[in-house]
Amino acid sequence: MLRLEKRPQPSRAWTFATPLLAVALTMVFGGILFAALGKNPIGVIRTIFLDPLFSEFSWFYRPQLLIKGAPLVLIAIGLSFGFRAGIWNIGAEGQYIVGAICGAAAGLALYPAETRLIFPLMVLAGALGGWAWAMIPGVLRVKFGTNEILVSLMLVYVAEQLLASMALGLLRNPDGLGFPGSRNLAQWSSSANNELIAGSGMHWGVVAAFIAVIFAYVALSRHIFGFQVKLSGQSPRAATFAGINPGRLILICMGLSGALAGLAGLFEVTGPSGQISIDFNVGYGFTAIIVAFLGRLHPIGILLAGGLMALTYIGGEIAQSNLGLPAAAIQMLQGMLLFFLLAVDVLTNYRIRIGQGAAA
Amino acid sequence: MTGTLLKLEGLTKAYPGVVANDNVSFEIQKGEIHALLGENGAGKSTLVKTIYGLVKPDTGRMELNAAEFIPPEPRAARAAGVAMVFQHFSLFDALNVAENIALGMENPPPQRQVAARVREVSEKYGLPLDPDRIVGDLSAGERQRVEIIRCLLQDPKLLIMDEPTSVLTPQEVQILFQTLRQLSEEGTAILYISHKLEEIRALCENATVLRLGAVVGTCDPRETSARDMAEMMVGASLHVPEKATADTGETVLALKALSAPAPHQFGTALKDLNITVQTGEVLGIGGVAGNGQDELVAALSGEMKTAAGMVELRGTPVGQLAPNARRAMGLLAAPEERMGHAAAPDMSLTENAVMTGVTRKSLAQRGFLKWKEAKAFAEDVISTFDVRTPGPENAARSLSGGNLQKFVIGREILQDPDVFVVNQPTWGVDAAAAAAIRQAILDLAAKGAAVICISQDLDELMEISDRFAALNEGRLSEPRPAAGLTVEEIGLMLGGAHDMEAAHA
Repeated sequence: MLRLEKRPQPSRAWTFATPLLAVALTMVFGGILFAALGKNPIGVIRTIFLDPLFSEFSWFYRPQLLIKGAPLVLIAIGLSFGFRAGIWNIGAEGQYIVGAICGAAAGLALYPAETRLIFPLMVLAGALGGWAWAMIPGVLRVKFGTNEILVSLMLVYVAEQLLASMALGLLRNPDGLGFPGSRNLAQWSSSANNELIAGSGMHWGVVAAFIAVIFAYVALSRHIFGFQVKLSGQSPRAATFAGINPGRLILICMGLSGALAGLAGLFEVTGPSGQISIDFNVGYGFTAIIVAFLGRLHPIGILLAGGLMALTYIGGEIAQSNLGLPAAAIQMLQGMLLFFLLAVDVLTNYRIRIGQGAAA
Repeated sequence: MTGTLLKLEGLTKAYPGVVANDNVSFEIQKGEIHALLGENGAGKSTLVKTIYGLVKPDTGRMELNAAEFIPPEPRAARAAGVAMVFQHFSLFDALNVAENIALGMENPPPQRQVAARVREVSEKYGLPLDPDRIVGDLSAGERQRVEIIRCLLQDPKLLIMDEPTSVLTPQEVQILFQTLRQLSEEGTAILYISHKLEEIRALCENATVLRLGAVVGTCDPRETSARDMAEMMVGASLHVPEKATADTGETVLALKALSAPAPHQFGTALKDLNITVQTGEVLGIGGVAGNGQDELVAALSGEMKTAAGMVELRGTPVGQLAPNARRAMGLLAAPEERMGHAAAPDMSLTENAVMTGVTRKSLAQRGFLKWKEAKAFAEDVISTFDVRTPGPENAARSLSGGNLQKFVIGREILQDPDVFVVNQPTWGVDAAAAAAIRQAILDLAAKGAAVICISQDLDELMEISDRFAALNEGRLSEPRPAAGLTVEEIGLMLGGAHDMEAAHA
């Protein structure tokens, strides 16, 4: 008989080992899934996890890793603060969209001026847009005790409608022959978020993601804010006793995650996506939740997890086009990753005992 | 009516790293009130859980009425006639008494019948209880009655009671004892677990003493002094805290008409509290749990804000200030619940030291934490207060209750408070640690701090307080000098038996 026994304190070794175990289990069960779909499981797993890095076309895929990974990391870092404190912002996707809209709008209002000041202004507007969208669930929670999970999630759908309306209306390209979508921001030198080094995939969003990782690492390990975040998540009563104002912390954490999601949206819309279109968002805001947990809410872990998720995105696309795998199978794989991570997480705090024993 | 009811032979139960019960054998006669004595961690709980079918022993056997008794689960134990009243009640606040009792039955009869049975049993045993009342509105003593009546409805042959008097006023204890004696006369045996020795001397006919899981002695409590029993429990002579007579001086803390609404549905509102505390004195505040203790501590620590003038520290109104602002001014507090309130269980001791020490110990500079200094502070607390732990990097939850309590109290005392508010300083703490904590509180007062000690343990309050006040339903009585107060007087200050004296008249 298997039985779980609580450890006196969390195991350090398992804290690091569980994400690796989760990845391994995902590969095994993903392989079974692909085999059931009539594909060669080892071939598919290799295509997803190795081809983007080591195939003959990897010169094309490797920069993609940064382009896809950066928004995930940037958003996940912001979410990790709230998640640690027990504040569940599930609506990063909406904050990402609104950030992109606000940033793009700020720039397009000045079109076609040519000055270096426009891009920083757009960055600021993007961050503010995401922040403001996140403040809605934040303020409602603090003032009226609403559930931030539901409110932030529902605001994603509001944001999607807003995006459609913007792409078809206010922000539509006047020279676009009536096609939906804004002017191409990547082709306007004042707003373009181009690669900083050609062929590397390195754009300002990647830089921002790395800065966010460092900032978060310092804040969590050395600054009192990080301490307050951790304490609030672990024992809310102890946090109040320690003098932490829970409402203020909710607003700061919501605002921070919203602003970073808004930034990610702005960098995306000025660079890889290039324009505000009805469907420029591809679910980074939701995937970032998986990234945050896969990375154990730790900045370095999130950096690695963002890379891994980007890999499954790119590898998944290759598998779709080369092996004819359905897109849903890739999403299943990503879902499995989160599932297994949460499942093996129990090993950090419990050990498994085999044999008879009384439940005490 | 005589004969052996329950016989335990060589019961052993080991958990990883600790032997909870080591070859325990004793017998309980029919109709006997048998005391099970021992410090926290001596193995009393494991033993009674074994009898009640919650724990399976590794080796050893039990006999009930000369028949093999191996209850695989509590239901089997109940069917065999064993009932238990736990220290912590398992009642639903929002349901009424009869509904709560019906919930614990195998095949509950209709509500009206349950209510009738409750009335019948409560009258027979002098335990007045209205089956239609909502449990959330009952006092702790009344809640205990619900648990007892729930057990009596099963017609038990053996009733196990785990620390039953910790939530009762002295008058309520008397009522309980009369009920237990009546049960015993009718042939029900009672296994009575407590560490309150005078109560055991008044009630029990036989006592088995456990230490570190093993039986270290038996005695007749009626003929053994409390001191001898205590030394049997501890295995060493006890250090009694000494009180140095300090000069009480100027007033440091004043509560002026402190009132606050109940923070949640079953909380207690504070009603017009007025009191002053002087330097060098220990003010003891007694009262049965749930009469506003938590709320009073919250109002003093700053977790619950009030109008500014309701709390004054050296004449400055502080009622509106947040906890850390009060800490900066020298007002420190240690709440009752260690895990999750006074300390964060999953965080290291260093982090727990930062939790309240960051202001007064200046453990942060421009928002950046000074981990080295924090670790040194945690180590200081650990060594000064003899906290048994491998080091400050260990999680708070890895410490035993007594050790964590020493850490929590030590963390505040080493910050040199001017006013120290502590709630239940020795709750669930073994005798040696409790003595050390009381001594530390007395030393702090001797150095000129003002201490407010809130406790349900009246012996403790009598031992360390200069003045005594009682908290009852959110109201604070006029404080009186502790020296010379009798148990009877204290009981009346605590609200008597909550108007239940007539029960046995």
